[in-house]
Amino acid sequence: MRYACLIYFDPQKAFNQSPEAEAVLRDSEPYNAELTASGHMVAAHALTLPQAAMTVQVRDGKMSATDGPFMETKEMLGGIVLIEARDLNEAVRIAGGIPFARLGFVEVRPLVDYSQPRPTL
Amino acid sequence: MITGDARHALEVAYRTEARHVLATLIRLMGGFDAAEEALHEAFAAAAEQWPRDGVPVNPYSWLVSTGRFKTIDRWRRQARLAGALPELAALAGTAPEITMPEDIQDDELRLIFTCCHPALAPDARIALTLREVGGLTTEEIARAYLAPAPTIAQRIVRAKAKIRDEAIPYEVPARAELPARLESALQVIYLIFNEGYTATQGPSLMREDLCAEAIRLGRLVVELLDESEALGLLALMLLHEARRPTRIDAAGDLILLENQNRALWDRGLIAEAQGLIEHALASRRFGPYLLQAAVAAVHAEAPSVGETDWAQIVALYDVLLRVDPSAVVALNRAAAVGMRDGPAAGLASIDAALKQGGLDDYHLAHSARADMQRRLGLAEAARVSYQRALELTRQPAERRFLQARLTQLDAEFATVRN
Repeated sequence: MRYACLIYFDPQKAFNQSPEAEAVLRDSEPYNAELTASGHMVAAHALTLPQAAMTVQVRDGKMSATDGPFMETKEMLGGIVLIEARDLNEAVRIAGGIPFARLGFVEVRPLVDYSQPRPTL
Repeated sequence: MITGDARHALEVAYRTEARHVLATLIRLMGGFDAAEEALHEAFAAAAEQWPRDGVPVNPYSWLVSTGRFKTIDRWRRQARLAGALPELAALAGTAPEITMPEDIQDDELRLIFTCCHPALAPDARIALTLREVGGLTTEEIARAYLAPAPTIAQRIVRAKAKIRDEAIPYEVPARAELPARLESALQVIYLIFNEGYTATQGPSLMREDLCAEAIRLGRLVVELLDESEALGLLALMLLHEARRPTRIDAAGDLILLENQNRALWDRGLIAEAQGLIEHALASRRFGPYLLQAAVAAVHAEAPSVGETDWAQIVALYDVLLRVDPSAVVALNRAAAVGMRDGPAAGLASIDAALKQGGLDDYHLAHSARADMQRRLGLAEAARVSYQRALELTRQPAERRFLQARLTQLDAEFATVRN
């Protein structure tokens, strides 16, 4: 099964040149390489800071675009690692190895299986 | 062609060897997570090398040594990057011999005892056993137990953390500890079996898988430990399994023992169970599983309900009550008394069991009571008891059964009045 590991962290903590943050940034690429070597890796991407973002929505057929999400929370979505894992527990183990888990947190989400009925809420 | 053969060999190896390889790797790598990584690395390496170099003579040994080597190698590289880890040096230095095939099952037994350790919560023991020993995925366990996958995943993560933090040893317990530890392991196996056997909701395929896995675990324990209760549990599960096709009709409704088509019972399984029971009885140690199996065997041997040796069943329940003085055993004994001595004696026995307490909210107590009252012609009392039973169960098949009994009672009662 495929899972998305959504990496959240506080940019103030990630880019403050502390030894802890530097270690996380340095270890990230080797961990991705390891996941590629072990066959778990589907894709990995890091996201720029929210300042570079635009938010788009369409209401009544009209599009509006605003700059940045600028949400209240300090933690931002900073990266996405798409993995192939046997089950949720293996995905959790792999997510636990992502260096950013030491600095922020990683949300593990199974990708939608279209053979299953849609949720009704 | 070589590639196709290698791919096939790999699939077979995954199905047949992955569990054994994992069980050994947990011992060699000293933990679940490291072993899972190593297992994954081993199969990744096999996918690359087997098509090129051919399938090894002993896939188990190849996978164990490759997984171990690859993981330690990767740790070495990481340690070089992150500054040496002292414990790694120790682990990489020791080179435990890869065990011979006859020890594979020992590792699986170690794994069962670790997963069923009494320090873990009962729910966690079941989830961990199904995933680590049974090879089910978290999502499959969640489907079987109608629980959200993250709930099961968290149970497994916490259980593994507890095993690590409390340094629960990876071993078959010593003689002195064995009875208590075995009890916990057998309980987990029986709970897995019952979940598969009794629930009538959920995907049926997964349910049968649970029963099959419980029986596989039961066999594994019996092969390695000649313990009376382990033999009893396996026999009990085999006897239930032998009757499985006859206990639910095409519409998913329960068929009572008295109405089951005994010609369809699996005689091979029954004979196997009888052999196990005889062997266990010879040890002169009578535990609850063995005694329940003996009761089930008496039923299995009888050509019909009327020709069942109810005196022997009551006698077995008398012994069982001494070993396991529980309200449910007292109720079962009372129902057997009703078959041996008639409904009046049965009703008196059931009422006596109810008076002992613990059965007021148990739907089967009220439904058994209703049966005796119906057989005595006490229609009104029987109706009240069936209705009480109906209030106490939410299981659809049980509810349909009780509703049918009420309808039947109305019909009988109307005839009497006319």
